[in-house]
Amino acid sequence: MEIYLDNSATTKVCPEAVRAVTDCLTENYGNPSAVHSKGIKAKMLLDASRQKIADVLSCDSSEVYFSHSGTLANNTAIFGAVEAKRKTGNRIITTSLEHPSVSRCMDKLEKCGFEVIRLAPSANGSFRTEQLVNTVNKNTILISTMLVNNETGAINPVELISKVVKRASAPALIHIDAIQAFGKIPVKPARMGVDLLSISGHKVHAPKGVGALYIRKGIKIKPFLSGGGQENDMFSGTEALPAIAGFGAAASALPDLNRQLEQTRNLKNFALNELSKIPAVEINSPSDALPYILNISVTGIPSQVLINYLSQKGIYISAGSACKKGHRSEVLIAMGLPAKRIDSAVRVSMSRFTTQEEIAVFCEGVNDAVKNIRTKL
Amino acid sequence: MKEIILLKDGELALKGLNRSTFEDILIKNIRMRISSLGNFTYRKSQSTIVIEPENEDIDLDEAVSRICKVFGLVGVSRAAVCEKDIDKILETVWDYLGDELMLSKTFKVNAKRADKKFPLTSPEICDEVGGFILSKVRGIKVDVHNPEYTVTVEIRDNAAYIRGPQLKGAGGMPTGTGGRACILISGGIDSPVAAYMMAKRGVKLTAVHFASPPYTSELAEMKVHELLKKVSMYSGRINLFTVHFTALQEAIRDYCPEDMFTVTMRRVMMKIASALAEWQGCEAVITGESLGQVASQTIKAIRCTDECATLPVFRPCIGMDKNEIVEISRKIDTFDISIRPYEDCCTVFTPRHPKTRPTPEMARETEALIPNEDELIKKCIEEAQMMIIEAFR
Repeated sequence: MEIYLDNSATTKVCPEAVRAVTDCLTENYGNPSAVHSKGIKAKMLLDASRQKIADVLSCDSSEVYFSHSGTLANNTAIFGAVEAKRKTGNRIITTSLEHPSVSRCMDKLEKCGFEVIRLAPSANGSFRTEQLVNTVNKNTILISTMLVNNETGAINPVELISKVVKRASAPALIHIDAIQAFGKIPVKPARMGVDLLSISGHKVHAPKGVGALYIRKGIKIKPFLSGGGQENDMFSGTEALPAIAGFGAAASALPDLNRQLEQTRNLKNFALNELSKIPAVEINSPSDALPYILNISVTGIPSQVLINYLSQKGIYISAGSACKKGHRSEVLIAMGLPAKRIDSAVRVSMSRFTTQEEIAVFCEGVNDAVKNIRTKL
Repeated sequence: MKEIILLKDGELALKGLNRSTFEDILIKNIRMRISSLGNFTYRKSQSTIVIEPENEDIDLDEAVSRICKVFGLVGVSRAAVCEKDIDKILETVWDYLGDELMLSKTFKVNAKRADKKFPLTSPEICDEVGGFILSKVRGIKVDVHNPEYTVTVEIRDNAAYIRGPQLKGAGGMPTGTGGRACILISGGIDSPVAAYMMAKRGVKLTAVHFASPPYTSELAEMKVHELLKKVSMYSGRINLFTVHFTALQEAIRDYCPEDMFTVTMRRVMMKIASALAEWQGCEAVITGESLGQVASQTIKAIRCTDECATLPVFRPCIGMDKNEIVEISRKIDTFDISIRPYEDCCTVFTPRHPKTRPTPEMARETEALIPNEDELIKKCIEEAQMMIIEAFR
């Protein structure tokens, strides 16, 4: 049996997306920029996929730009916004818990002379509103933060950002990295009052190689890539239509998110209950975190050893974020956890296809590991 | 233009009556490396091996780069073949080496006349070719002592060979002329270097890797495969045994004093490796130990592990500093693989203060504390998994 509990790293492609991709590889393989009917048909598929993403985001389809990855969407949003706003100020606000595709951009901008302020998280893993109120000023050109943390599932209060910006009459654009949130909780950029928002296909049962950037109507940012002008010049390069079609299909196949969230919360509670019977287990995810992600530490078992142990049994989990190998999690450090607990932290991430039996087998696996593994002499 | 590869063997010239056998092994090794590129014919003549591609679309660049890693050769060069006629020779020199000569400031011509029936003597050939080059390339000068570029013209029985400078061969002795030995490979920097150094002296390799799942990751095993693949570019085929060692390590953890953990583990490893090595027909065991590098590599600790070996133990890195080992590992391109951060079985259960001065008596007593040692060792040996690592297949 295979139990895949690493859905925050990537997901299995859903059948709807597989069909869409296959059709696009074998039948509808034209270039959307071509003017013959094969190309026009591809262009129609591209537009239809865009509409499907727009439906989930409750926005206009002209506000959705397909990128080749979530990382490219984040990079474009950040560098594009800074490039567009650099004449109006010098301050950029982010948090110390960002994914590398945001935090490394910030490091680069800091080296270029921008004043980058990284808000520290409170014990529950999200930033506090008053920190934001105290740091946003008239000089602030960009605020970029994630909606849901990829390691702990902590949810940031992003809907407050636009109010803070308005009160400070800052020229700032607001960018949200919603890659972990999209498809799990309702993500409505217009209602949240944000200008830019990144999402990624392969976290929601679409294939790898596609992401999207929401750019609110009227907002102008500078493109990051130069080339053939695809995606309204924002993401040049021939559209990865098979992946985009898969993304559209996967977005359409998303269930009622609130009901799904309730079911997942039940699963998480079941897991918490099972794990509470194992004394060595400590829970790192804040209690109000997104239920899809559960970060735990098993005292005395280094993350990699537990991963290897469960992997032998066909149970797949990860250590913190799969995107950065061999480093101690900065997110857990920022949350103030002791080093030992960080070294044994693992992330269990569920999808809508996860079942209670799978969680039960996982918890049993952890219990076996605690009994059988001892790394101390 | 027909091109061939000329090889100079090194120490083999010293081997007296065994020389022909050594050369045959050398040719066999070369054939194993390049046969996947196409068909070649091989010819021995004096201290040179001539390799001729059987058709023109064979990738000679790749062939030469592979041959440069075959032990037993001091020099490798490519040559153009032409008729034994001075005008044809001049024409070929220009077609084959003209571009290189135009980029050089000084040059020299070497002539070797093996075929004494050729009408011009060696100095006369040099004069003709040198004068021709001077007339063709503006500004180039002759420098016989320190030339930037050397043109060699060889007049052989069947044809003339024209070639530029010779590439350095890998040196050493042909792999297989020195028997077979078994390398204990962990995934660190030293053991691939030790394997390379012994292969260079003509030794064929068997390798033993100890894995301790779940304490060590599958990635650590894959890392060892990649390391050995790099080594096999020099050594040829390697038989790798992966020994799953978890049960023994756990037994040592449970029954032996903490400070003796590492020494005991290494003794057991040596027993298992010796058994597998003998079964493979090895004449020796190789380790990457460097004296004093870590607690298990002090002179006393080495004495304790050594007595568990049933074969001689070669430690080519024993007198080397870390930076000297690193230098070789960079040369053979294993360094970047070795430093990937996966735990290997030597770093699982590391004691806080390992004993640096164990005695053989202490080691034997400690080892005797493991209740079912023989049985566990037997299981490790029986369940070892073999795979063949070969770079060019």
